[in-house]
Amino acid sequence: MTMTYPMRDSLTMLRRNLRRMQRYPSLTLMLLGQPILFLLLFVYVFGGTLGNGLGGAAADGAIGRQAYIGFVTPTILIITITGAILGTAISVAMDMTQGIMARFRIMSISKASVLTGHVVGTLIQTAIGLAVVLGVALLVGFRPSAGPVEWLAVIGLLLLVTLALTWMAVAVGLNAKSVETASNTPMIFTLLPFLGSGFVPNDSLPGWLRWFAEYQPFTPVIKTVRGLLLGTSVGDSGLLAVGWCVLFAIVGYVWSKSLFRKERTR
Amino acid sequence: MNAISARGLRKSYADKVVLDGIDLDVRPGSVFAMLGPNGAGKTTIVNILSTLITPDAGSATVAGADLAENPDGIRRAIGVTGQFSAVDDLLNGEENLMLMADLHHLPRTTGRARAAELLARFGLTDAAKTIPATYSGGMRRKLDLAMTLVGDPKVIFLDEPTTGLDPRSRQTMWDIVRDLVADGVTIFLTTQYLDEADHLADRIAVLDHGRIIAEGTPDELKRRVPGGHVKLTFTDGEALRHAAADLDASTVDKEALTLQVPTDGSVASLRALLDRLDGVAVDGIAMHTPDLDDVFLTLTGHQTQPEALK
Repeated sequence: MTMTYPMRDSLTMLRRNLRRMQRYPSLTLMLLGQPILFLLLFVYVFGGTLGNGLGGAAADGAIGRQAYIGFVTPTILIITITGAILGTAISVAMDMTQGIMARFRIMSISKASVLTGHVVGTLIQTAIGLAVVLGVALLVGFRPSAGPVEWLAVIGLLLLVTLALTWMAVAVGLNAKSVETASNTPMIFTLLPFLGSGFVPNDSLPGWLRWFAEYQPFTPVIKTVRGLLLGTSVGDSGLLAVGWCVLFAIVGYVWSKSLFRKERTR
Repeated sequence: MNAISARGLRKSYADKVVLDGIDLDVRPGSVFAMLGPNGAGKTTIVNILSTLITPDAGSATVAGADLAENPDGIRRAIGVTGQFSAVDDLLNGEENLMLMADLHHLPRTTGRARAAELLARFGLTDAAKTIPATYSGGMRRKLDLAMTLVGDPKVIFLDEPTTGLDPRSRQTMWDIVRDLVADGVTIFLTTQYLDEADHLADRIAVLDHGRIIAEGTPDELKRRVPGGHVKLTFTDGEALRHAAADLDASTVDKEALTLQVPTDGSVASLRALLDRLDGVAVDGIAMHTPDLDDVFLTLTGHQTQPEALK
């Protein structure tokens, strides 16, 4: 009988990862603290000036700090996700550099559960993180105009982004020679929103950067979240955002799977 | 049927041949020791037989399951404790064992009972709620082995189970191995220590450069190794000459004023030796029991150390 228990093993691995997060809260707190710090920094320090420069990009003709809170909160939500996946990459790399992975490999368990445990764990952790960050944003004056349908769409898209980036992070973690490499590589995802319309409107960027900003994956994602939350135009961004996410998810998943299958002794 | 049986196992990395045709037969309920220096290929054999890596050539069955056709059958029957710690450092002792119980699909209550039993058996009950980072090397190794035992394996691979342990923990580990064998488990052990193989194993295979160069019971093997001797030191040439006359079949070193007498290392033979030296003043006495170096020197004509280190 070669019956495996993918569901049960995945739940076991999920429990393991949640307990590890609980046991190592400093990482979770750091990953959560960073977007909140960014939010407060961008709202209270840069917000007044940046908000006045938004021009047509501001929602409902708001100005100054109030306008900037609306503009930057969707970006901060995305940065919350890009921060959280750092934890995934680190966690996966820790597993790979320790003997426990060899133990899992030679047990009669669903091999996929080792990775899905990490992915689902990150999804839960990030969902909590997003809720906290959103809560802080509301406290400092974020006033979204979204109705229930828009909220559902926002939640769905944010989870899809998380899923896609998490699989990329899993691959990075599996590929890393050390935990340090694993914690540095996903930084690029945190950097990307800065090189686009994350913090300032695209048309304020110099020409060459504007071209990159126009076509990079985070632009449609942020634009869609903004549009859904604040009622600004979404256009074809929604479709592009979902497309990018699906692409990242598939690439990350396939890459992870092939890396995980590679023969290794630890 | 043999618990482990392998024919012609080969493995190379790039152009480096790690295993060059390994044949093995291990009887159920016995301890089989794979003896060899670092880099001989011991861990590679364990990795192959435990399904972690696939051989380039050859076949094997472990616990009745074929390596190529039914690796999952092997995985269900075996347990492995390697030289690298395979515990989760962020989970405490009990949680580590419960993780194994869950992955073996034991019911919760059974799993909890099994964890408690293993913690007690290995003297880790007090450490159940602390994380392995605070454990000593010996405790860590015991938790590692306890995790391996959760699934009640029929065949256990122990890859250098006492390397890096202090003598006391080493002794504890040996006791545990003996208990396991008493329960009918088959043990495949790798070690660099001849005395460890001697103490624990029913059969020993000596591995060198990916080949088995000798195999037999510890006694058979030791008979081939004339390494055991007593070295007597004397204060002057006169005493040395007297002693050499009393003891036949001994090697005399006139420069160092020493005499080497072959021995099996038993107390009785030592007493008999000293009795025969009655009246001769002996300055010092040293015992030399055959070690891995003697085995290798005899069987291969070279030391265990790689040339570059010498």
